[in-house]
Amino acid sequence: MNEIPLSHILFISTALFFIGMYGFFTRRNMITILMSIELILNSVNINFVAFNKYLFPQNLDGVFFTIFIISIAAAEAAVAIAIIINLYRSLHSVDVNETSELKF
Amino acid sequence: MLNDFFILMKQELVLLAILFILLIIKVGNDWSNERLLNVINALLLINVVAGFIMPAEGALFGDMFKTNGLITLEKNILNVGTLIISLQSYSWLKNHKHLSEFYMLMLSTLLGMFYMLSSGNLLMFYLGLELSSIPLAAMANFDLEKRKSSEAAIKFILSSAFSSGLLLFGVSLLYGTTGTLSFTEITPHLTNAPLQIFAFVLILAGFSFKISVVPFHFWTADVYEGSPVAVTSYLSVISKGAVLFVFVSILYTVFKPLADVWYNMLFLLSVLTIVIGNLFAIRQDNFKRFLAFSSIAQVGFILVGISGSSPLGTASVIYFVLIYIFSNLGAFGVVSIVSALTGKENISDYKAFYKTNPLLSWVLTIALFSLAGVPPTAGFFGKFFLLIAGAEQGNYVLISIAALNMVISFYYYLRIVKSIFMDPNEQPIEKLTVPWMPKLALFLCLAGIVVIGLWSTIYEYIYSLSIGL
Repeated sequence: MNEIPLSHILFISTALFFIGMYGFFTRRNMITILMSIELILNSVNINFVAFNKYLFPQNLDGVFFTIFIISIAAAEAAVAIAIIINLYRSLHSVDVNETSELKF
Repeated sequence: MLNDFFILMKQELVLLAILFILLIIKVGNDWSNERLLNVINALLLINVVAGFIMPAEGALFGDMFKTNGLITLEKNILNVGTLIISLQSYSWLKNHKHLSEFYMLMLSTLLGMFYMLSSGNLLMFYLGLELSSIPLAAMANFDLEKRKSSEAAIKFILSSAFSSGLLLFGVSLLYGTTGTLSFTEITPHLTNAPLQIFAFVLILAGFSFKISVVPFHFWTADVYEGSPVAVTSYLSVISKGAVLFVFVSILYTVFKPLADVWYNMLFLLSVLTIVIGNLFAIRQDNFKRFLAFSSIAQVGFILVGISGSSPLGTASVIYFVLIYIFSNLGAFGVVSIVSALTGKENISDYKAFYKTNPLLSWVLTIALFSLAGVPPTAGFFGKFFLLIAGAEQGNYVLISIAALNMVISFYYYLRIVKSIFMDPNEQPIEKLTVPWMPKLALFLCLAGIVVIGLWSTIYEYIYSLSIGL
């Protein structure tokens, strides 16, 4: 059986990274923006695991890094959602276009 | 071994101990805010003093954590800055409901910065960076009922999460091309391969977000304006200073083989940063927003110094950040007192400020002189050394653009000084009674601005430490 080449996996992760970036810049809903950031972080996770398995299987640096990224992403999302809830109390919306009190 | 552990991680352990003491006080007692503030400021003073005792050099945990004289000095600088901010925000915190939470968040970000400064491994560096930026978003939202504060916080957390995503993607590509995460082992594997340069660009973008270099600066002014003044000064001085220290050491050690590549990038970024920071600072009326753009311009000057890529570069950056802490905190201290006691934050409110508050006006004026770089103050020497370090590369176009922009920056700093002393005003800010703690902080800033510039031993000490690296 043929093994899947590394380039296929890197293609997926890079695509995921740019989809996340596109979502971050175009979406107007704050929760969706947060989801786009998760996409970026997950593309990084795929990269780390793939590099670790294909190129450097002798030690587990990449896998450990992935575990830390997942847990920190959870902490980040928790703080961000808490802030969104607090903002919702005064704004009654989760649309980023409404956060326009500060500009220029 | 255990002895090593305690001596090398001394500063982090003291900070952790303070965090736990605060937690115990919060759980077990119902102290008044004033008593709590006295205790906390005493603890922070102990923290500053403890940093100077028993300096050591060495590495722990298989090179993940390392420390030496220069890193200890950088941590001490951050400690002093935190103490000054804590003293300055006395008037604001005295009536705040969540006092001990504020300090817990602030000290945990400081702890994150310490780990980031001491990191010898990309994993450790990332953990420190996140520990120093996630609680900052919660701090930016500390005026819970104000809409502006929440807006600033959401902008900060989204852009900082995005920037760390960029940085991480760069790190993952770097791992893929070198096969290691340790700083010392990455360097020999760097070969100017296109993938490595792409990884470096992403990492540079991540850093640029954190220190608000121009194409990535959009969050800065909004977050600075919306957050409470204490948090703004913490963001602009301590957090930025810590990331700058790490940025310099990573560029100079880990990415040394790519020096030709990053010199051109830094050239472009610093010109953009200085010019745009200056142009936007001219049109601001909100004082915090003004200081945000002025701090963007200052980072541009720091990049000029970094581009020198020599021990002189390291020394001049650390020296400038030290001066910048005192002069920026002098300005923020006055803004913080005025904002806490009267709620006024606009530059036009400061007209004829001298008639009612001569002391505060003088502090603000000297701080602004130092930010602009007027000779007797320390800011002049700081910028002078930065430009000298940058000139070592022989790129005089960059140096002359930077020097010309110093002249432009005089305009907007001196405009404020003029309105304080000369402009007439029907209703100037009334006479403010300043409590002793903020007053002490202001005197510390003034002393710093005057002494650091004139007493050359300090610069020589920093330079002697940075030669060894």
